[in-house]
Amino acid sequence: MAQRGIREYDGKRILFDELAKVIPSFKGLSAKLALVTPDTKPEELLAANPWLKEGKLVAKPDQLFGKRGKNGLVYAGKTWDETWKWISERMNKETTITTGGNKKVTGVLTHFLIEPFTPHADNEEGYISIKSTREYDVIYLSAQGGIYVEENWDKVKETRVGILEDIENVKINMPDFGVNNALVEKFTKEVYRIYCAGNFSYLEINPFTFSNGAVIPLDFVARVDDTGAFESRKMWGKIEFPSSFGQKLTKEEMYIRDLDSKTGASLKLTILNPEGRIWNMVAGGGASVIYADTVCDLGFAKELANYGEYSGDPSEEFTYLYAKTILDLMTRTKHPQGKILTIGGGIANFTDVAKTFKGIIRALKEYQQKLIDNNVVIYVRRGGPNYQEGLANMRKLGESLGVPIHVYGPETHMTAVVSMALCPDKK
Amino acid sequence: MKPELFTKETTAIIYGYQQKAIQRMLDFDYACGRTVPSVACIVNPSRDGVHKVFFGKGEILIPMYKTIRAACAHHPKADVMVNFASFRSAFDTSMEALHEPQIKTVCVIAEGVPERRERILAAEAKKLDKMVIGPATVGGVKAGCFKIANTAGTYDNIIASKLNRPGSVGFVSKSGGLSNECYNIIARNTDGLYEGIAIGGDAYPGSTLLDHILRYQAIPEVKMIVALGEIGGSEEYRIVEALKNKEITKPLVIWVTGTCSKMFPSGVQFGHAGAKAGAANETADAKNAALKEAGALVPNSFDDYGILINETYKKLVADGTIVPAPEVKAPVLPMDYEQAVKEGKIRKATTFIATISNEKGDELEYNHVKISDVLNCGLGIGNVIGLLWFKKQLPAYCCRFLENALMLTADHGPAVSGAHNAIVAARAGKDIISCLASGILTIGPRFGGAIDGAAQNFKRAYEAGLTPDQFIKDMKAKGINIPGIGHKVKSVNNPDMRVTNLKAFVMKNFKEHKLLDYALEVEKITTQKKGTLILNVDGCIGICFVDMLMSSGCFTKEEIDSIIDMGCLNALFVIGRSIGIFGHVFDQKRLKQPLYRTPYDEIAYMTDL
Repeated sequence: MAQRGIREYDGKRILFDELAKVIPSFKGLSAKLALVTPDTKPEELLAANPWLKEGKLVAKPDQLFGKRGKNGLVYAGKTWDETWKWISERMNKETTITTGGNKKVTGVLTHFLIEPFTPHADNEEGYISIKSTREYDVIYLSAQGGIYVEENWDKVKETRVGILEDIENVKINMPDFGVNNALVEKFTKEVYRIYCAGNFSYLEINPFTFSNGAVIPLDFVARVDDTGAFESRKMWGKIEFPSSFGQKLTKEEMYIRDLDSKTGASLKLTILNPEGRIWNMVAGGGASVIYADTVCDLGFAKELANYGEYSGDPSEEFTYLYAKTILDLMTRTKHPQGKILTIGGGIANFTDVAKTFKGIIRALKEYQQKLIDNNVVIYVRRGGPNYQEGLANMRKLGESLGVPIHVYGPETHMTAVVSMALCPDKK
Repeated sequence: MKPELFTKETTAIIYGYQQKAIQRMLDFDYACGRTVPSVACIVNPSRDGVHKVFFGKGEILIPMYKTIRAACAHHPKADVMVNFASFRSAFDTSMEALHEPQIKTVCVIAEGVPERRERILAAEAKKLDKMVIGPATVGGVKAGCFKIANTAGTYDNIIASKLNRPGSVGFVSKSGGLSNECYNIIARNTDGLYEGIAIGGDAYPGSTLLDHILRYQAIPEVKMIVALGEIGGSEEYRIVEALKNKEITKPLVIWVTGTCSKMFPSGVQFGHAGAKAGAANETADAKNAALKEAGALVPNSFDDYGILINETYKKLVADGTIVPAPEVKAPVLPMDYEQAVKEGKIRKATTFIATISNEKGDELEYNHVKISDVLNCGLGIGNVIGLLWFKKQLPAYCCRFLENALMLTADHGPAVSGAHNAIVAARAGKDIISCLASGILTIGPRFGGAIDGAAQNFKRAYEAGLTPDQFIKDMKAKGINIPGIGHKVKSVNNPDMRVTNLKAFVMKNFKEHKLLDYALEVEKITTQKKGTLILNVDGCIGICFVDMLMSSGCFTKEEIDSIIDMGCLNALFVIGRSIGIFGHVFDQKRLKQPLYRTPYDEIAYMTDL
């Protein structure tokens, strides 16, 4: 549950549909957006979007990364045949892009957006973005948008809208759009309303231009707050939250993400280094971070295999499935020094420790032989409701499992087990 | 807003019927020696009334209302609302509470409240000069005074962390889980917690780390402040500013978690929604460095957190700032029944025994047969009766016999007493259960009872070795009409087709039918006396039922006697006839028949008699 980037396709679809209700020039615009995926068949796409054959087009990847123009990934003013050829040449290809922070990211291109091409001059590029802070939202407007907006940031006008303020009563700090001033002001207020009602947490249109007395948004980037889904579902329609470009989720990460979506509790898993020696299975959103911190602070960052957490009193079954996934991952390749599993956590407020441990113990028993083969050492530290029973069960398991299990309760500092495991020589 | 949110007299309204959390609050009260329970009342939109809870060793009732308004009106002193509403309704209910003048603090537990709503909530609270704790939090605790909901977990933990009496440390963190861990760390390294708040893991909590740190700064009893920050957001820089401006002068031990993020690929979302670094200054390292530079006491890692807290505390004791709070022994909380059973410390005799079915497993079972098998193996209603009444899986022909009996007894027209009564009740506008009851309550010795009577009497005579003749004489001597013999209009020459069909079925399918044969011998004699003294349908069902029990090989003699004695045959008739009675009831309702009143000419008024 957090802020999630959305595709330009979804963002524009939402924006155009909503704007069409209040600004007539936006009517019908959302129908002229076509998303191409690896499964798209050109004849079907054409049948659904006859406009693709009617005029010049612009195409670009739609995978949450910006600076597409600078990366040579905007194909503008071409016919359908040229555009389809351009996309086909890039579809499913590994591509390296340079991001805003001059970082190189490599990923596979899988989604492209095609729209009608709107010719415009460089001096007709406007910029609008909206971001949120605790007390207010900020609207940035510039008449000199486009790819160099950051270099021209002094031209950007800022308007703060207090969280309890009505945009109707706010005076927008307008840059000079000449004859289009009133148009942009109206557009800005309406976009802001959509930003609020749609639970957006960031929105940027750069650039937008003008055609026949109407604002035409060209590039669009947005994040929404996914906890707002229950309020904005109708506005959002069918929306997807893609992973950031270059981030490939493993089968196991997807599986845990799927499990997470099926329970009111929380289950998270990120694989950092599948060959890593140190595996954490930690309860609690806060504690899990600290366990990972401690591994890194002790200088073992490179050996840390995963980040993850389970919390919110998951059922025994879900805990079992979560534990099984981690045990399976950590027993795939052997490490000469053996491996370490930390079953850690703070003192729970209401998660039943005995119950969640039952699920973990079930998984440990199932993986007994593999744990032995991989020379695994287990460290347990936990407190909370029924922790005595949970820890006693772990100790009992330690007598028969065939791998050492070191068990500690609240009397031991939460992260002490990490240094015990990693620096056994240290006191 | 006053820096102190809670006292030993604070009482709260709990929104949501959270029985465990409420009990934990009251157990904490007991640990602190509070005389007034900290829960004033409950708001439960679906039900009002009372809720019974333990307060120490005894029980008390807590009122329950449907609306926040009603709760406030009845409990004008309650100034805290602990809001357990779901993420969908948390915003509206919290806003409503904030606008109740008496409510000063709202604690929002739900995770997943939209960020814009959280921001509005925070701004509204600020405008009204009130406190919002959360959303997405477990709450907080003021040692020895007041505890929000599930904070600090179990009673044992409360005692172990010395939360039953105030110490000198003010604590605030984002994480609810870690706050409990930190109460433990504080208890081990200082004279204990004064107050601890978990502000919640979201990006825009209703109150911030700094809000609470500044409260602690203003509370004289708090001598040192401990805080736990987190990667993501820029909240910690407000603390940096406050340190630089000397708004915070008490020793502040703080650690920002998430130092590992630099080792991770970009884009790792940690467990908390707000825990993701968007910019370089939002990393844990940057924040820890800035705090240290501003004068906060920052450990090298979480491992040293407790040590630094301890060193800081010792210095304050040494310079006389802190006079260590005395230990107060908390009372022993009686163990809950469930817990004692779970630990095998007590046992209890049960009140009831059940042997025919079990709904506690994965699947409902009728006498060890899973309900899916009952449905998918075509067992039929006869078999269900077999399983639940006799605890047997009966041969198919026995089940068919039972089903035939049900079909035959389902109805006998509107004039019989059962149907008649039900019709009268239906016409009086009564509900279907009352209609059914008024009908079946007429079943007894004179109506429907012949089935049972026939089975009992014929079986007794047969087993006693009486000849049909002796049996008839015996009954005559007792002055009893033989149950199951005789019909109003049907006779030897005008047979009752129900009886003809049932007899044919039994003759064809039963291995033996000794009692039926015996009854037919009796019938031969009675019909010689009068043509209508035939074996009637009630008698036939009762007698054949006994034959079924005896010939199936499934029952011992004792079992058969017990089945007859228990009145299973009457039960069979009740089940069958209920189908018909309902039919008559629906018929009357469908026809919208008015109230029935017996006409005068149906009644002979003979009051002079």
